[in-house]
Amino acid sequence: MSAEPLLLQDHLPALQVVVPLLGSVVVALLRQGPAAWVVTLVCAWSMPLIAFALLDQVMTNGTISYALGGWPREVSIEYRIDQANAFLLVLVSIMAALVTTYMPRSIADEIAPERQGWYYCMYLLCLCGLLGMAITGDAFNIFVFMEVSSLSMYGLIAMGRDRRAMVSAYQYLVLGTLGATFYVIGVGLLFTMTGTLNLYDMAGKLEAVENTRPLIAALAFIGVGIGLKLALFPLHLWLPNAYAFAPSAATAFIASTATKVAVYILLRIVFSVYGVNIAFGDTPAAAALLALAIMAMIAPSVVAIYQANVKRMLAYSSVAQIGYIMLGIALVSQTGLTGGISHLFNHALIKASLFLAVGCMVYSTGITRIEQMAGIGRTMPATMGAFVLAGLGLIGVPGTAGFVSKWFLITGAVEQGLWWLAAVIVFSSVLAMIYVGRVVEVAWFREPSGAAVSPRKPPLEMVVVTWVLALAVVYFGFDTDISAGVAGDAASLLLAGYR
Amino acid sequence: MSIVNEIIANYNYWITIFLMLSGLYIVVAKSNMIKTLLGLAVFQTSVYLLYLSPGKILGGTPPILEKGIEVYSNPLPHVLILTAIVVGVATLALGLALVVRINEAYGTIEEDEITAIVDREDHAE
Repeated sequence: MSAEPLLLQDHLPALQVVVPLLGSVVVALLRQGPAAWVVTLVCAWSMPLIAFALLDQVMTNGTISYALGGWPREVSIEYRIDQANAFLLVLVSIMAALVTTYMPRSIADEIAPERQGWYYCMYLLCLCGLLGMAITGDAFNIFVFMEVSSLSMYGLIAMGRDRRAMVSAYQYLVLGTLGATFYVIGVGLLFTMTGTLNLYDMAGKLEAVENTRPLIAALAFIGVGIGLKLALFPLHLWLPNAYAFAPSAATAFIASTATKVAVYILLRIVFSVYGVNIAFGDTPAAAALLALAIMAMIAPSVVAIYQANVKRMLAYSSVAQIGYIMLGIALVSQTGLTGGISHLFNHALIKASLFLAVGCMVYSTGITRIEQMAGIGRTMPATMGAFVLAGLGLIGVPGTAGFVSKWFLITGAVEQGLWWLAAVIVFSSVLAMIYVGRVVEVAWFREPSGAAVSPRKPPLEMVVVTWVLALAVVYFGFDTDISAGVAGDAASLLLAGYR
Repeated sequence: MSIVNEIIANYNYWITIFLMLSGLYIVVAKSNMIKTLLGLAVFQTSVYLLYLSPGKILGGTPPILEKGIEVYSNPLPHVLILTAIVVGVATLALGLALVVRINEAYGTIEEDEITAIVDREDHAE
């Protein structure tokens, strides 16, 4: 046996998952809130470093295949990183790093001291699960990481200070477990048909069993299961209350990452494993997805207009934005998919920024109802300024990130002659303008009253992180090389499939 | 008669489907939170069977490396399901812990009663 030197850069894929996993154990042993936060911060900031290094390796050397434990691919779990998931790893880890920087005082304010250590422990586990889902190339390993992230997410949500948080965590647990189990049923059927769990090998063996019923059934099971996880309308029922009652920082993190990673899993299975021909040629999946996406863009937007709680309003808006991402998938074209993937990226920035601004407001005033926000723009201009900027991105005003992805989606729809679809996108944006505008009107054009008159000053780090994300929304509205460019590469990679 | 024979020949799948549907029915139909979680457990258990029964080969032995053993069952589904059982146990434990806390906070574990309270709190907010 020759001992090969252990090079750090060869083992980055494993470190991406192992660091937060070990971090969560350390945090669980420490228990003390501040010390736990420092460990979390170190782990969280090491994530983007690793993710960028991986993205760099993928850009220069192509797809990375990392065999865990050095076993050959056929008998082990393979981590497989190409441009699509390297991009996602960067997104998730940057969000984690920023939200971790934001959260210590917000968490100290919302969670009892003896529970803060556990909060950070579950936060790191959730991060580990999400990164694991993104990085792994093994269908069953995806399920395991999915449950690692979901179980810790249920815990995070249940820690909200309102007692309704526990009920929403319970409802999410029931629906989330149903979703994960549906996914496992689908994977089980695929495994029986192909004899492998490695996504890459599975793709190669699918053609031999094309047009068999278990294959289509597996696609349906996986579609419904992941649909529950990513809150595809009408499977979104767990989402509004979970986002509304979770601790503010946890909401921002979950809203910007969890559903996005689930979307990636759907993309990976549908495009890379099944391939466009089987998934969309042999089944009416595209038509079904298109119908659901259109409903998702309209119905939750209308519901959002009538919400009294600002966090729940943003949550319903998230369901609508997932409709846009699904629309990009349903178009099954290079432009459409680029729009979908870049909207996945842009919406993560936008929604994180909005939820973080709301978190600042909750910290300073304790307000969550929109009508109580009267005049808060005048007493907290920095926080609400960021809210307005990100809100413009949500509407899709030109010059913001939201516009870029919606532009791709509209172009994609027009390419296929679906002019009416462009009208639907514009109509949904008008609805977004109404629900964002409603908050802006209350916050800026009314006299301050109640708790909004004299808010306590939000900590600097909270405002800074909120603004970093809000400015990123504007930045990516002008510089489309990174978001739309990488999204375009990822789209062509996915459309080509593994075969 | 052929359909009856087919059902009998594939009885393991029929048991799986029966368990799956009854678990799902319990989750949907029951308002009691503990019953819902038990339904969820039944639903998850049916999946264990879905994985395990195709892995078993009639007349096959356990997969042990020894001379003379040619036909053996696929060990991979068993390993996968061990993992799935752990996940299932963790989910059930977390769910039950949440129900305990919900009972402390609301004084009931009937979901329709709790939903009514939650609705009232939403409006009173």
